[in-house]
Amino acid sequence: MIKLEIFLQTLIQGLLLGGLYSLIGVGMTIIMGVMKIINLAHGELMMVAMYIAYVLFTAFQIDPYFSILIAAPVLFFLGIALQKYLINPVLRVEAIIPENQVILTVGIGMVLANLATIIFQSDYRQTPLSYASKTWYLQDYWKSSPVDLSITAPWLVTFLVAVLITLGLWFFLARTDMGKSIRATAQDSEAAMIMGVNVDRMRVITFGLGSALVGAAGCLFIPIYYIYPDIGGQFTLISFVITILGGLGSTVGAILGGLVLGLFESLTATYVGMGWAPVGRFAIFVAALVFLPGGMASLLKSKRMK
Amino acid sequence: MMKNAFPYIGLGALLLFPLLGFSSYLMHIAILVIMWSVIGMAWNLLGGYCGQVSFGHAAFFGVGAYTAGMLYSKLGLSAWWGIPASIVVVTLVALVIGYICLRLRGPFFALATLSMGVILRITAENLVKITGGDIGIMIRERTWVEKIWYYYIILALAVMTFLVVKQVVGSKLGYYFVAIREDQDAAESLGIDTTYYKTVALCLSGVITGLAGAFYTNYMGYIDPKVVFALHDISIITIMVVMVGGAATFSGPVVGAVIMVLLAEMIRSIPKLGAAHHTFFGLLLIVIIIFLPNGIVGDFEKIRKLFRTRQEQP
Repeated sequence: MIKLEIFLQTLIQGLLLGGLYSLIGVGMTIIMGVMKIINLAHGELMMVAMYIAYVLFTAFQIDPYFSILIAAPVLFFLGIALQKYLINPVLRVEAIIPENQVILTVGIGMVLANLATIIFQSDYRQTPLSYASKTWYLQDYWKSSPVDLSITAPWLVTFLVAVLITLGLWFFLARTDMGKSIRATAQDSEAAMIMGVNVDRMRVITFGLGSALVGAAGCLFIPIYYIYPDIGGQFTLISFVITILGGLGSTVGAILGGLVLGLFESLTATYVGMGWAPVGRFAIFVAALVFLPGGMASLLKSKRMK
Repeated sequence: MMKNAFPYIGLGALLLFPLLGFSSYLMHIAILVIMWSVIGMAWNLLGGYCGQVSFGHAAFFGVGAYTAGMLYSKLGLSAWWGIPASIVVVTLVALVIGYICLRLRGPFFALATLSMGVILRITAENLVKITGGDIGIMIRERTWVEKIWYYYIILALAVMTFLVVKQVVGSKLGYYFVAIREDQDAAESLGIDTTYYKTVALCLSGVITGLAGAFYTNYMGYIDPKVVFALHDISIITIMVVMVGGAATFSGPVVGAVIMVLLAEMIRSIPKLGAAHHTFFGLLLIVIIIFLPNGIVGDFEKIRKLFRTRQEQP
């Protein structure tokens, strides 16, 4: 019985983590889809949002969940500025190495992480919330439940807000004119241009949007974790793994990929060991590359074909 | 005439350099510069000529370093055996990494290699029984106290690497690499087995980097996973060495290594700026990519023109 309880608890934890991962991965995926470049500063942008939330919390006692409303717009404009003044000029430059833009984003990430180290030192910091340890137990509500499962308040709120934002994004991409223009640019930028879509503008907006999404994810992550300046790198990798897992540039795939990754990581942490969780992350990444190169998106597609 | 003699003059100067009796600190810098040139030349073969940008050369460097370290700590052999042993081990690792990563193209290959480096670091951190985990491996007996022998060993490695790169680039193999870089599909349709040649480039590049790693273990006498599998301080610096110097040029990695090592030492020696060295590297990378996308050697004409126009305008 205890074994089952641990298993179910691991699944819940994995699902909650996966919801957040989806949000992080979606940001990178839409940038990938529209710009055809990988933004290796993605995790560092999340780190910037986390520090914004941290500063707002320590200076004004603003709840990190509310600082989404400040951090996400700030990140939106930061993303636009990066795209317009650094990445766009490089897209036009002829060079021997084709991956110049990717290396450029590495440089941006390095600068951001290092500046954070200089400003905030490399200490681990937290935002202690009053409801951080509030926990709900299943047996309190269902007395005769055979297993006792628990869920903590910040994790639940984080998960729900992440799902809400992801749904909002889906609505934006599927139903609004601008969302449709962005998807058209991702599919075929030249055809989109012929149809009267301002492709350059869509690229800038997409980069801002992707940054804002990961910024929101940063604010959601801070109540359940801690921050340090080098936290970004691992999230860049996580979002890349999700992008591959989901199928390049597929938004739905990225959401599923995030959930799968969260579950898998949670399972490795429970059954193999905490230190190995990152290896589990990459094991699934390698497995996806070898056995399912098209990612989740290819699974969805093949189902639709039948 | 002068151009043909230049490499020999350079080599002669490098051979005589330690005899001038420089301080041990300057010798250390010289050894680091040569070691980074070796790694840069290795990366250049894969990234510059074959167009496969690897973000994970720390994987090869670390495997080479750990091969040498583990021969010492587990088998009680001299860590110098790591240099021949790492050729075999790194080739195997490169084949595995190539099998997984080379099915991806462009930026995806780059990131996949990056994660390979991270996987190996985490593995080395967690396999405490085999690698010693975070404690690392310490070589207790140093072979020489003076740096001069280390200098000649790494110099020999560098000369060998230079000759290998020159040979490869001038041969049919080199033309296949460039064809793959310029257009993989076109190369494939011309009958070049792109996967095979990309694997060859990856193995060659990896082995040379691994040799540098094995040398590093012997020279520094201490390794741990965070140092030899470092993302920023190994993988990214490797790219920067080539980007600053010039991709797909013979002398680019050497020029890049000189600039990067001197810059790193300069920044570290200024106490208040030491913490900010990644910012400087990042800014340098951004500036180089925007203004000199082919590096100092590759865009030398551009630099010269810039100075000429300035002189002409009174």
